[in-house]
Amino acid sequence: MAKIIVVTSGKGGVGKTTSAAAIATGLALRGNKTVVIDFDVGLRNLDLIMGCERRVVYDLVNVIQGEAGLKQAMIRDKRSENLHILPASQTRDKDALTLEGVEKVLMDLSEEFDYIICDSPAGIERGAQLALYFADEAVVVTNPEVSSVRDSDRILGLLSSKSRRAEQNREPIKEHLLVTRYNPNRVDDGDMLNLDDIREILAIDLVGLIPESEAVLRASNQGVPVIHDDKSDAGQAYADTVSRLMGEDVPLRFQSVQKRGLIARMFGGGGRR
Amino acid sequence: MRLLDFLKGERKKSASVAKERLQIIVAHQRGHRGQPDYMPMLEQELLAVIRRYVKVDQDAINISLDSDNDCSVLELNVTLPNEGETVKG
Repeated sequence: MAKIIVVTSGKGGVGKTTSAAAIATGLALRGNKTVVIDFDVGLRNLDLIMGCERRVVYDLVNVIQGEAGLKQAMIRDKRSENLHILPASQTRDKDALTLEGVEKVLMDLSEEFDYIICDSPAGIERGAQLALYFADEAVVVTNPEVSSVRDSDRILGLLSSKSRRAEQNREPIKEHLLVTRYNPNRVDDGDMLNLDDIREILAIDLVGLIPESEAVLRASNQGVPVIHDDKSDAGQAYADTVSRLMGEDVPLRFQSVQKRGLIARMFGGGGRR
Repeated sequence: MRLLDFLKGERKKSASVAKERLQIIVAHQRGHRGQPDYMPMLEQELLAVIRRYVKVDQDAINISLDSDNDCSVLELNVTLPNEGETVKG
């Protein structure tokens, strides 16, 4: 039986797809058979972040509507044989997804994979609700910024009331906080919410802290999930996050300002990698 | 920059303002969490009925639904104004 993890946030643009791609890749690199599904029907982007946009033939909606088989629609990752991508449809609207259809797909995938990562669309509408409905665990991606924190709290409300686990009175979805785009310099200046404040307000366990990093845009430009950039701060922070998702106890990094040596400051150019 | 802030009398840091605002709005959101979809409408209509008889403010009414194992309690709190301010019927 696979573990189903939804990557969600409520607010758009906080790093859901970046995080889903990095986490799925990280899990696969650690030897887990992993599939990552794009639930953002109509606005698919996971394929771009994963660098497989030109290999998309069929998609999730095709599978649900019986126009293609799962095997035909899944794209095998170029870099990791343990990793598959199930893209979203670009043309249909969100109503093309049905609860029964999604359940069938997840059940079928469950037999073959260790982890199923669901990349949720923004918002709290149908698409987002379908992405989280069958989840066992949730990674709530949050920026240190008021609207993102508030929307994350809204999503926590949905996770605890509108999921299958909630409706069947089973053990609730395990909620993890993933703080992204964290800038310790601005936190020090008092102009950015600090990690402890966010944890206190949302009151869920922290699974990772991803610093604001130039590596993230570089990675998405190239279609290579940032976790492959293991020299970058963001890549390492995602690797730590994956370890924690797998139940390991890893110390938290990148919470405070990284001091750079004189040489690095003179020749380092762009700064944080 | 920090010295300048200090000399100007230490304006409040924006992050702590953000935290205070979030604590209030999140507490409010959680109060409404898990309640049925009809609650805001019910609240508005109850308020409208009460206002036909008593002059109360928009925020003088507080409604909540608590569920125990096998029974739910709808609790309605209305802060009434002093006597003599009631609307004549």
